[in-house]
Amino acid sequence: MGVVLDHLGEFGNGWFTTIRLSVLSFLLAMAIGLLIAAMRVSPFQPARVVGTAYVDIFRNSPLPVLILLVWFGLPKLDIDVSRFWAAVAVLSLYTGAFLGETVRSGINAVALGQSEAARSIGLTFTQNLRLIILPQAMRTVVQPIGNIWIALIKNSAVASFIAVPELIFRADHVNTEESNPVPILIGAAIGYLLLTLPSGFVLSRIERRVAIKR
Amino acid sequence: MSLIQGVDMRSARRISTIAMAAVLTISAAAACGDDKKKDSSSGSGDKKTIELKAGSTMKKLADAKKVKVGVKFDQPGFGQKDPASGKVAGFDVEIAKLIAAEMGIPESGIEFVETVSKNREPFIQEGKVDFVVATYTINDKRKELVAFAGPYYTAHQDMMVKKGNPKGIKKVTDLDGKKVCSVKGSTSEKNLKEKAPQATPVLFEKYTECAEELRNDKVDAVTTDDVILGGLIDKAKDDFELVGDKFTDEPYGIGVKKEDTDFRNFINDVLEKSYTGGGWKTAYKETVGKFLSDVPEPPKVNRY
Repeated sequence: MGVVLDHLGEFGNGWFTTIRLSVLSFLLAMAIGLLIAAMRVSPFQPARVVGTAYVDIFRNSPLPVLILLVWFGLPKLDIDVSRFWAAVAVLSLYTGAFLGETVRSGINAVALGQSEAARSIGLTFTQNLRLIILPQAMRTVVQPIGNIWIALIKNSAVASFIAVPELIFRADHVNTEESNPVPILIGAAIGYLLLTLPSGFVLSRIERRVAIKR
Repeated sequence: MSLIQGVDMRSARRISTIAMAAVLTISAAAACGDDKKKDSSSGSGDKKTIELKAGSTMKKLADAKKVKVGVKFDQPGFGQKDPASGKVAGFDVEIAKLIAAEMGIPESGIEFVETVSKNREPFIQEGKVDFVVATYTINDKRKELVAFAGPYYTAHQDMMVKKGNPKGIKKVTDLDGKKVCSVKGSTSEKNLKEKAPQATPVLFEKYTECAEELRNDKVDAVTTDDVILGGLIDKAKDDFELVGDKFTDEPYGIGVKKEDTDFRNFINDVLEKSYTGGGWKTAYKETVGKFLSDVPEPPKVNRY
């Protein structure tokens, strides 16, 4: 493992880029997910159609294809973005589709009477969703959202395909110098574990705290 | 009914046993025969046969009539897979065929496996391939992990820029402060770090992706061996040009397992035979020679 320690600075830089990529993508994906979920349960049909189409496109495309397509395709449309933000965009669009479906399943888990009661006291669709349904729905989907977050951290490695200097990219770079892939890949794997293991721990705590006592 | 079936079964088994024995005898005879007269199938053009030492890798491969060779699938001139036919063609592929022919292995017995710059060492070490001919530059760091036969070719690292050279890149030192694309795990990336430390390396999996980066103005230059750049330029003559500053010597070698000295010596013998016999020259002319005009002298094999 000496080669990893020799290049700790590079690994550290990559690790922080992976964190930035994951956190920013997750925040954007969460916004997309809530919007998509709302669209898919909306009484307005065109919104449901668009929401469904979005999920079908982004949930069913391989991530490496999406990221290369966006990166090499945007210049053809004269759109100029940095590598980092291209990666954030693709990761959040992709993850947003999964979060949308997860949140929707949470919404469907809320007893129908809740929504009926809310409507009967005159709440609008948005008020109903925001004040009555979502607070209950989100509590039931803490663990699946956590799974998506952990998957996102690992998926962020595809950013290395377009030369974003995250953990895998740095590991490849170190490997060029050292030609010793096994310890270097183990080093990278530990980097991911340092993010995913604490995430799993924190998630369990959150879940226990917000769980609906039945 | 059951009695007849029983008889049938037994005789069928006997027949198949006889057939199997016959096949084994014939194939053993064929293998022996090949040892003696395989020069007729060899494409190296030299009639002298190289001995296959008993118990050696080449003997085992010759007996199995099968060999797995790591080549590149995306390097015009060296190893490129035609998506329509599924065939791989190029100088590296031809060199692999020469080596296989010397072991009496027909072309149909060669399985070409795609290796990229960063997985060549593990593929050799884990036996996923028997040898690697994949624009594989010999260097000391790699010699710690694998052994090299050859070199069978000397390339030079150079730079490719947009047509008309808008950034005015003439020498490798002009790359300082520029964004330069290369492939992960390649010697080109290392050389860039040494010769132009102020350049920002932009690393991709494949050189075709680097070409796309240059086309989209995301990088100022692409750097790697001239023969590889030549292949890329050949496909887009209106978009790219070669700078022509041959700033390194890249001896291409054939990677084998580090401890397998017999196999390494054998491949070296095959190479030398193809140098004198004309097999090397023919292979070159039909592949890389198509977009690099002059036919160079083959490099001297280095038996370290």
